[in-house]
Amino acid sequence: MSAHDLPDRETMECDVVIVGAGPAGLAAAIRLKQIDPALSIIVLEKGSEVGAHILSGAVVDPTGINQLLPGWLQDESHPLRTPVTDDHFCYLTAKKAYNISQKLFPNLLSNEGNYVVSLGLVCRWLAKKAEALGVDIFPGFAVTEVLFGKHNEVIGVATGDMGVKKDGKPGRNFIRGIELKAKYVLVGEGARGSLTKKLIGHYQLNQNCAPQKYGLGIKELWEIDPKYHKAGSVTHSVGWPLNYQTGGGGFIYHMQSNLVSVGFVTHLDYKNPYLSPFHEFQRFKAHPAWRNLFKGAKRICYGARTISEGGWQSVPKLTFPGGALIGCAAGFVNLPRLKGSHNAVLSGMNTAKYIAQALAAGRSHDEVVEIEDSWRSSAIGQDLYPVRNVKPLLSKLGSTIGLPLSYIELWCQSVLKFSIFGTLKHSKPDCESLQPASKHRRIRYPKPDDDITFDILSSVFLTNTHYEDDQPCHLKVKSLEVQDQSERAVFAGPSTRYCPAGVYEWVEQDGRDTYIINAQNCIHCKTCDIKDPNGNIDWECPQGGDGPNYANM
Amino acid sequence: MTTLLYADHNGQSLAPQTARALTAALKIDPCVDILICGNNIAAICDDAAKLAGVRKVLKAEADSLFHQLAEPVSQTIVSLAPQYDVIISAASANGKNIMPRVAAQLDVMQISDIVDVVSADTYKRPIYTGNAIATVQSLDDKKVITVRATAFLPAAVGGNAEIMAIKPAAIPAMAEFTGEDLIESDMPELTNAKTVIAGGRALGSSEQFTSVLMPLAKKLKAAIGASRAAVDAGYAPNDWQIGQTGKVIAPDLYIAIGISGAIQHVAGVKDSGFIVAINKDSEAPIMKIADVSLVGDLFTVVPELVKAL
Amino acid sequence: MKILVCVKRVIDYNIKVRVRADGSGVDLNNVKMSINPFDEVAIEEAVRQKEAGKASEIIALSIGAKAAKETLRTALAMGADRAILVECEQEIEPLHVAKIVKKIVEEEKPDLVFLGKQAIDDDANQTGQMLAALLNWPQATFISKLELSDKTADATREIDGGTQKLSLRLPAIITTDLRLNEPRYASLPNIVRARKTPIEEKAVADFNIDLQPHLVTLKVEEPAKRPATVSVDNVADLIAKLKEANIL
Repeated sequence: MSAHDLPDRETMECDVVIVGAGPAGLAAAIRLKQIDPALSIIVLEKGSEVGAHILSGAVVDPTGINQLLPGWLQDESHPLRTPVTDDHFCYLTAKKAYNISQKLFPNLLSNEGNYVVSLGLVCRWLAKKAEALGVDIFPGFAVTEVLFGKHNEVIGVATGDMGVKKDGKPGRNFIRGIELKAKYVLVGEGARGSLTKKLIGHYQLNQNCAPQKYGLGIKELWEIDPKYHKAGSVTHSVGWPLNYQTGGGGFIYHMQSNLVSVGFVTHLDYKNPYLSPFHEFQRFKAHPAWRNLFKGAKRICYGARTISEGGWQSVPKLTFPGGALIGCAAGFVNLPRLKGSHNAVLSGMNTAKYIAQALAAGRSHDEVVEIEDSWRSSAIGQDLYPVRNVKPLLSKLGSTIGLPLSYIELWCQSVLKFSIFGTLKHSKPDCESLQPASKHRRIRYPKPDDDITFDILSSVFLTNTHYEDDQPCHLKVKSLEVQDQSERAVFAGPSTRYCPAGVYEWVEQDGRDTYIINAQNCIHCKTCDIKDPNGNIDWECPQGGDGPNYANM
Repeated sequence: MTTLLYADHNGQSLAPQTARALTAALKIDPCVDILICGNNIAAICDDAAKLAGVRKVLKAEADSLFHQLAEPVSQTIVSLAPQYDVIISAASANGKNIMPRVAAQLDVMQISDIVDVVSADTYKRPIYTGNAIATVQSLDDKKVITVRATAFLPAAVGGNAEIMAIKPAAIPAMAEFTGEDLIESDMPELTNAKTVIAGGRALGSSEQFTSVLMPLAKKLKAAIGASRAAVDAGYAPNDWQIGQTGKVIAPDLYIAIGISGAIQHVAGVKDSGFIVAINKDSEAPIMKIADVSLVGDLFTVVPELVKAL
Repeated sequence: MKILVCVKRVIDYNIKVRVRADGSGVDLNNVKMSINPFDEVAIEEAVRQKEAGKASEIIALSIGAKAAKETLRTALAMGADRAILVECEQEIEPLHVAKIVKKIVEEEKPDLVFLGKQAIDDDANQTGQMLAALLNWPQATFISKLELSDKTADATREIDGGTQKLSLRLPAIITTDLRLNEPRYASLPNIVRARKTPIEEKAVADFNIDLQPHLVTLKVEEPAKRPATVSVDNVADLIAKLKEANIL
């Protein structure tokens, strides 16, 4: 059905519309209201509730929250209950874990003063603060369209239609999306946002920056035996199960109530199409150093999300006429610290400051260049600049050489404030690193033992993922021919391995290899959008409210 | 202590759940009377009298009781209640419809859908759609209980209880039965069927889906279901889908044919009385969940099964 | 015609329930809560009756903690005209709920009361029937179709083995099954309006009802695991096993 046959959309107006109720979006909303309580702020969130699509390790640097909500420690409802007590770093081989003392690391990697949190709970807390200030948050609404004015400026956004059937026609409960017109639009969709992708393309925001680089973080929440639990204990690992060619590492964070957050990040510029980040994570848990934590314990939740890792060099131009990118949508994760939410909060706050100034001066729909011009000299820039060469060193040289060099580089930056490498470039986007299957050998991953390690489908089960059944597939494959002739024939179907939710399958049907897309398993990690070797998959928003329902992740 | 078991029936014969509810009742209290309400129920009363462990069968006949409407039946039960400590029935559609009305009139709480009897006043029942089991104790002097029939074996036959006619309570009519549509066909509806057979993607095509499964469904008077993968592949219509997002069913017998049985599917059948899995992959998840598994090629096994039944 | 619809705030049906290791209950900490799916169907039915010109006013009622206001807002956003919260912080049983609703019914004098057939937390399937008994009204439970006229409600009910049709003299109690309808999505403007609509708040203490529990939950545990799988390798053995288990 063409757009002409559909009824017109209703319009709502406000001062600022924010896409995404993550740390950046909520921080921006709170800050805007703190500066000018009279502003009308609307936050739209595609998850069914705030936190439903939020997933992170996480060890949080409270610097952003300290500035946003001074005195938060006295707030009874705050969720930052677990200060970091021990910090371990180890290098793994298949059988051993070699601990490397914290004293050998530069200060910028220290976790002193940081907290182990559920980022989902932090967002829910921020959402309550925002609502108390009069921000309107609407979960269950996916923003699918940018609205442009006559001069190529952004004048608002539109939410998707709901109740559209698989064949694209309106179903019985069809309702039209809504247009939200605003003086400024802030986009905080997190890494590889779908609207962000459209805006970057439309305004060529990435013409002067390096390609963004990503990692796929997969995580589980476990309830373990108290005798192994130590609240505030933080462990990071590198090495096994990945080899020198692939970047990444694992983490184990102990939270309150015998809960442990365990996860693994695989850098998505890996070469071997037979690699399965899910299986690397599963076998990581079985390492002798900590398998006892998980043996006989209870796995509560599972989830995955990509992380923007490009850092300083990959941040696109933040501003466009009528709005800005904030948080991980821009890409402010500090890779060696494995933290990004602090910068997301700072990004939301700084952006809010300049937007509020612009609004007070009677401006609207213009480019608030102050946002773009200021970030590099701000706290965000000061956080990202010293670590800018770590990712390129790892990508170009592999971990055997890259890790030690990064170590030296970080010490140089920390003490001498200077790098012998200048600013290294990221060579290519992650999808181009994949090599043909003929150059690699299949990896034999161990079978799940249903005690410490599990299969993909029973993992997806724990994400509480739900989709309206009769809706168009939100994973758009541009050309099925290309999938068959390249993704399958040349690369041996990497999507069947990189997707942490078992969405993609190559199945023989009627004598032909058919690409099956189990869209109802999708947990919104965006890996397919990033890693398909031909950029042949576009991740678009499914119906608002659909997808995972993470609890405390 | 005495118990009154309200027996469900369809106008012609005793509902199979009644014998199972009787087992539960006898676990609570060995002295059980059965109440049959309806019209022309002599034969049903005879069947009830033959169940082992029954003391008396109370026959309440009246036109108003013909279709076991909740209002007159609950009134009749309430009129008998002073003589009983426990009033119990199967959690059939009728039982669920009638019993809470009785409980409210007696000013007691009902314990619904019990799956086990711990003691005379303590029972186990499923909550959160069967994802948890609560052990509940009743503090009321009179207990009103409904029983999940599949959790109990049927009581034996071999009794010889006395049948006594009683006068049903009269109430002004406020609801009128105006019709019914009982599915007599051999293919019952998926969510109500006592037996369900379901096929997976392994069936290979929609023609094979029906040609292989229909004969078995007919033999077993079963409903046919499908896994999500089979529906997505176009081998079965959408409303045959069983699973976490499809239909959640709890038949007495569930046979999964060529279904791998990922947890999303199993979530839709976990409360089935008996689960059978037929699959050529012995490692398929369902092969470890089923009560009985048969490793084999469904295209040979199913026709063989049809022949042998 | 006035319709009173009872709605309950329960754990969202997509969330996997976790039984606490100490047997004290289910972990509801920070878990997503939503309107009971059967109640959502009840609200939708009431709204459709209003759109068909049969009902003139829909009142949504919830009994529970303050957070139940969110559930009432969902009902308002779907099309209910008014919402009442009877604030009650303690756990209460269906019999208590029925007694409280009876008092509201005596005040509001609706022609029909709609309830979901059961709540997905306690799965009791009692409240509607109990309310009908206390009011001495007729009931049609687990309905899949409803037609209203001035004096009667003609309902089709889901029963074992098929459907049954009843004609109830109004006023009457209806409990809804999922097959009755597919609830609509609440649009953004309707949600905004619902957020601005005041909700009448009452305190459960004002109703003077004895809320002493009749039931005590001694323990909550995970369901028993199914017995270990028995593997057979031929059809004859399979049939033997089915006969053994009293299935055939």
